[in-house]
Amino acid sequence: MRSRSSTIRTHRTLTPLAALLAGALALTACSGSGDKDKDKGGGEQTPSASTVSLPKLNGAHLEVAAVWTGAEQANFKKVLAEFEKRTGATVTFVPAQDPIINFLGSKIAGGQPPDVAMLPQPGAIKQAVQNKWAKPLGPDALKELRKNYSQGWQDIGTVGGTPYGVYYKAANKSLIWYNAKVFENAGAKEPKTWQDLLTAARAVYDSGVTPFSVPGADGWPLTDWFENVYLSQAGPEKYDQLAQHKIKWTDPSVKQALTTLAQIWGKKDYLAGGQDGALQTEFPASVTQTFTGGDQPKAAMVYEGDFVQVNIGETKAKVGTDAKVFPFPAVGSAAPVVSGGDAAVILKDSKAAQALATFLASPDAATIQAKLGGYLSPNRNVPVSAYPNAVQQKIAKALIASGDDFRFDMSDQAPQAFGGTPGKGEWKDLQDFLKNPADVAGAQAKLEKDAAAAYGSGS
Amino acid sequence: MASAAAAGAPPGPAAPRARRSVTGTRKAVAALFLLPALVLLGALVVYPIGYSLVRSFYDNSGDGFAGADNYKTLFTDDGIRTALKNNIIWVVFAPTVSTALGLVFAVLTERVRWGTAFKLVVFMPMAISMLAAGIIFRLVYDQDPHKGVANAVWVGVHDTFAQSSAFPNAHPGRESPLVAQNGGFLTRATVHAGRPVALPLVGVAPDQLPGGAKKAVTARPEPGKVTGTTWQDFTRGKGVGRLGAPDPSELGYAGMRIEAVKDGKVVAATTAAGDGTFTLPASADGARLWLPAGNFKEPYNGVEWLGPALVTPAIIGAYVWMWAGFAMVLIAAGLAGVPRELLEAARVDGATEWQVFRKVTVPLLAPVLAVVTVTLMINVLKVFDLVYIIAPGSSQDDANVLALELYRKGFAEGRPGVASAIAVLLLVLVIPVMAFNIRRLRREVRR
Repeated sequence: MRSRSSTIRTHRTLTPLAALLAGALALTACSGSGDKDKDKGGGEQTPSASTVSLPKLNGAHLEVAAVWTGAEQANFKKVLAEFEKRTGATVTFVPAQDPIINFLGSKIAGGQPPDVAMLPQPGAIKQAVQNKWAKPLGPDALKELRKNYSQGWQDIGTVGGTPYGVYYKAANKSLIWYNAKVFENAGAKEPKTWQDLLTAARAVYDSGVTPFSVPGADGWPLTDWFENVYLSQAGPEKYDQLAQHKIKWTDPSVKQALTTLAQIWGKKDYLAGGQDGALQTEFPASVTQTFTGGDQPKAAMVYEGDFVQVNIGETKAKVGTDAKVFPFPAVGSAAPVVSGGDAAVILKDSKAAQALATFLASPDAATIQAKLGGYLSPNRNVPVSAYPNAVQQKIAKALIASGDDFRFDMSDQAPQAFGGTPGKGEWKDLQDFLKNPADVAGAQAKLEKDAAAAYGSGS
Repeated sequence: MASAAAAGAPPGPAAPRARRSVTGTRKAVAALFLLPALVLLGALVVYPIGYSLVRSFYDNSGDGFAGADNYKTLFTDDGIRTALKNNIIWVVFAPTVSTALGLVFAVLTERVRWGTAFKLVVFMPMAISMLAAGIIFRLVYDQDPHKGVANAVWVGVHDTFAQSSAFPNAHPGRESPLVAQNGGFLTRATVHAGRPVALPLVGVAPDQLPGGAKKAVTARPEPGKVTGTTWQDFTRGKGVGRLGAPDPSELGYAGMRIEAVKDGKVVAATTAAGDGTFTLPASADGARLWLPAGNFKEPYNGVEWLGPALVTPAIIGAYVWMWAGFAMVLIAAGLAGVPRELLEAARVDGATEWQVFRKVTVPLLAPVLAVVTVTLMINVLKVFDLVYIIAPGSSQDDANVLALELYRKGFAEGRPGVASAIAVLLLVLVIPVMAFNIRRLRREVRR
């Protein structure tokens, strides 16, 4: 979702501005870690710099396709540069568009598939395997995968028992970011449970600040809200069943989750701008309005994944001091961990492509990008100290600590027509629910109708 | 139109020459020269149209013949139906409004000394791409009056006539002696002279209180008078503190209006002082205190331009901004060809300017107006970028048009069969308009 959202964001809002900001971010990121880079350049390799042996590939040429833009792309290119340095191969980054599976389809039809593609959804990996585009991972890559990844992350890259994908990048989507100053003024504490969250929201509201900023103009953050509540409340089994549409959206568990959600979404005074205002707020604005305006921001809390810090970077707030984060509180027995991620999948089998997959599965590659910031690796052998600040370290720790209990973003597992189209399916239905949170049954009926159509057509 | 006429002209002179040549070589040469154009046209226009037509009869995977299923979807799918409805709104309003404005501009600029400069300004939006215009208008229509100029103006005008209140978010805290009623707050119990009343509320940050707010104090009892305090019962950084009693740093609600109500009638009224204290005369004894809704009116937030109801008209507005200039330039050219004598004659005969415009200028310009409107209609049928960019995700469905739905069906939902059917439908819709335009052109050329 992250990748998709970022493209939508740049396409649909101020692209030049976004590019500028991304550039500025990249610059700060570079200057922040410049010293370390220089150290490396000086020949003094960090201890983790060579945990994997790669073949010499002089003269080999590789293409890698991904939807990343801006700072994310620049940072990834640094990782590719390291691969080039170690093996002597040349690697070209091919910028792709969302949905990447359609992009690859046209590339393959044209006979020019990239060697490796970063696929953001498990559904896309499955589709790539069914279309016979994806090639299985070789023994070297497998060795790295088994060594560095928990079973859960290996499984979501596996189709029909054969591992295809290396999850290079992860997103922790169970975080609530808050304006530290507002919490301090209100005397509110980081909540551990849903009830605590409501108490904190009440305290913030009483102090004179609207508690939540909800980006309702984009549909995907709404699906992520729902997924966290549902995963924690109904449990992982039900979550998996709902993700595969084995239980219907009219299920009582969905009703319970939506009712819980309405405890926040249903209070006009709890949402910045009320429900109507929220529906006009896009994701980047939802973050910036939470961290601008000094003591009186438009809202105190904003829910979304670790990538929120990229948007916080557009404000004057500092992550860790002005902008803090706590894990999504437990609605049921355990706190939810909803994640997303991009997996490297080989499309053209070659020694060089296998070597790149091996490299991307190693802690070496992930450590390089972790140091640059704005990145999270599901690789458990990446040292936590590699992340540039305490907040990132906290997020990374939470993700690794969840072991196999995390669940992949549900809407990313759903067919595109249901879980990934602006103004359609789950996105639209939850927007309608945000507009009218009293109508739980109506929302369920609409969700079920759209889900039945999308899963039924099998697209 | 002139360029289209020019493009249409070359085959005219070329054809007789080919007929004149009796030798086969000339024909071969002609064919040779025509070939590149034919190949290009065939590959880039005829083949895609043909293939779309064929594709629209196959299912989504492209393997199975689907018959008319995709066309059935056209009339059953909610998204496509909204799109069709919106397209009709577009076709009716966008070209007519643009043409009307263009006509007004053209006629008026003719009489102004700086007409050319004015025309230049009106035409300027044409130099901007649809994408850029979309981004500009996305900002213009922004809900936040600090960002969106449309709402800035609207809210500015509104606030000149209706002031917003000082305590929009104030509400009773926990265990409050107040209950919400009709947008204001009423005390649960009646008040009595000589017993100070506490009216604690929460939800207003200290720096948002009116300038005159001072530290709240408990009101002193005064015989024969009802006294009390109304204040923000929330200490920054500490929470509520002592519930229902002013803590040291808590501020009074300066200027809060308080009314004493007995049997539904206001018997006394006052406003709170800087420290939140207020005094009511003896007549308030035994009444309930009522904080009227006027104290808590929310600041006016402007019009929801991009909400479901207004999004299509708002986008049409952006379109008119771009294309009124185009209409103006064409109409101005037509106007230059209108014989002056006719206008003069009408004026000499005693016609008013309005009559001249209505009865002489417009009829003479009718052919041009028709061409402009029809050209814009074709343009409007395929509108995509403005809608895609301006409409936020939550109201994209309400702003949907056929071209956007085609894109969404084809590329986001992976239903190329249905998308092709929409493409064919669009083609069918454009054909009559095209035919009209071509017939016009022919007539024009013959003349």
